[in-house]
Amino acid sequence: MIRLVDICRTYDLGGNPVRALVDVTEEIASGEHLAIMGPSGSGKSTLLHVLGCLDRPDAGRYELDGRDVSALDDDALSLLRRHTIGFVFQSFHLVPRLTARENVELPMVFAGVPAAERRERAMAKLRAVGLEPRASHRPDQLSGGERQRVALARATVLEPKLLLADEPTGNLDGASGRHVLEILSRMNADGLTLVVVTHDPAVARRARRLIVLRDGHVVFRGSGEQIHEAVELLSTGDGEGDAAPAPGRP
Amino acid sequence: MAGELLRLALGAVRAHRLRSFLSALGIAIGVAAVILLTSIGEGTRLYVVSQFTQFGTNIIAINPGRSKTMGIPGVLGGSTRKLTIDDAEALTRIRGVEVVVPVTMGLGAVELGGRSRSVTILGATPDLPVLWRFGARQGSFWPRGDPRQGGASAVLGPKLARELFGERSPLGAVVRIAGGRFRVVGVMQPKGQMMGFDVDDIAIVPVASALRLFNQDELMEIDLVYANARDTARVEAEVKRVLIERHGDEDFTVTTQEAMLDVFGNVMDVLTTAVGAIASISLLVGATGILTMMWIAVGERTSEIGLLRAVGATAAQVQAVFLAEAAALATLGGVLGIAIGLGGGLLLRLVVPGLPLETPLRFVLAGLAVSAATGLVAGVGPARRAAALDPIDALRAE
Repeated sequence: MIRLVDICRTYDLGGNPVRALVDVTEEIASGEHLAIMGPSGSGKSTLLHVLGCLDRPDAGRYELDGRDVSALDDDALSLLRRHTIGFVFQSFHLVPRLTARENVELPMVFAGVPAAERRERAMAKLRAVGLEPRASHRPDQLSGGERQRVALARATVLEPKLLLADEPTGNLDGASGRHVLEILSRMNADGLTLVVVTHDPAVARRARRLIVLRDGHVVFRGSGEQIHEAVELLSTGDGEGDAAPAPGRP
Repeated sequence: MAGELLRLALGAVRAHRLRSFLSALGIAIGVAAVILLTSIGEGTRLYVVSQFTQFGTNIIAINPGRSKTMGIPGVLGGSTRKLTIDDAEALTRIRGVEVVVPVTMGLGAVELGGRSRSVTILGATPDLPVLWRFGARQGSFWPRGDPRQGGASAVLGPKLARELFGERSPLGAVVRIAGGRFRVVGVMQPKGQMMGFDVDDIAIVPVASALRLFNQDELMEIDLVYANARDTARVEAEVKRVLIERHGDEDFTVTTQEAMLDVFGNVMDVLTTAVGAIASISLLVGATGILTMMWIAVGERTSEIGLLRAVGATAAQVQAVFLAEAAALATLGGVLGIAIGLGGGLLLRLVVPGLPLETPLRFVLAGLAVSAATGLVAGVGPARRAAALDPIDALRAE
């Protein structure tokens, strides 16, 4: 599904180059559930933005579904995001003046889906996340967990192949967070490729695979069950600059 | 798709009702000013045109002298002959001509017993009612005859008749007009002002008598009514041919009613456009309001713009959303302005009943189109700014 080869991304911060991603090589199989962990500033979000075609790498090759997307222009990337990638953010990013249903309809508006079909599909997605009765409520009338479920419905309404979630439970209480994670797991079980950036070991544990980033390098690769090793690595600071071997490399 | 973007835009306008209303108010005031001022211009135009055309449009006026030549007649080889009743008689033989009215005019006193009133005295023929399209209410004009002979009959305007005779019938009474004795044979229908001239307060006498009263040997004008509007060019050419034959030179000016209306129409068009242009300056002020509001909106909704890009909106679509919002805002202002303009017009009619006021549908549609266009122009800057935002920076803006 996804193949990253030697991806580099450097930002210029006040004249100082900041290397957010350094030679990141990674493969994500279709239907996989990958968790990305790392301390603040380690490059997790940058990696997520590159994967979501919101940001372009300075060097390296990014293949999505066998297609090199590194050289696509802005419009082509927009179309790719529209039909292939869904986003869920920590702060939900719902449009406050729109109802839950209208928020879910938003991606379909830009995709040119007719109004009746839009409404039907939005309602089906809201039903799938248990929010059909709240369809006409605005975000300020919904709880945090409900807002994130609306965001989930919106992210998946155009049936993307890849869902990118940036701290999806970061602003939620325990019960709401678990509810959202269950929905994510269910979607993943239905074949959706899921990449989650998180600080929360409980979230990362659910992933089939786990990578840890530090200073733009991948410093740990393992399964979800190896979360304790990852947490220990993060708490001790070990492995700094000592990248774990990339897949397919000696 | 455009409809959907407009719906999104209207939602954003509704979300900040007061702010939207205030920023649309500038456009509303501009459009109201344009509608009101151009309505007054158009009303004035229609009023004056109706004043002209109440005599009918198949009229040609012939005046002595050439308005298009330079220099002194007679000095540079040309000859000038006066416009006479004989000339008028000659014109009656042109095919298609219904009546020819030789006209002269002067000021004089009309006296009855001890009463005297200074009025305009018009010398004409009994065909005047055909030219004016209204005639005597009481009595009638003197019988047709040789206009060169004159006579001692007079027709009075109703106001003059009332001033001199009160409620009594003036028919058959003898009055002194500019020193001459005339018998009143008719009283005109009331008409009021005509081109600023009170036709109710005049005395009409045979043209030859009027020339004698004022010691004139030249007509002021010959008016000619012809049957068919399609004959204008031919009748005009014939009039020129006949008079040049008689005068040996084109020492007169022929004005058709159509030409007069054309010239007047052009003048009024220029005036209305100028007034509209001045009023549209306030539209510029309105556009600045929309620009400011949209600039602020882009700043406030940066995170929303990031989201739109993340869910697959292209930069052009984001631009379209904000352009639609600016246009919707300005069009709402336009609708409000039209309502204020029309309402203001109604109010003006109540306060100044005589004010001619006319708002054609095309002004209303133009008001709407101009306001939408103003919004689009004002929205270009903010919309481009929105489209140019980096999606990641925009998402982080929350």
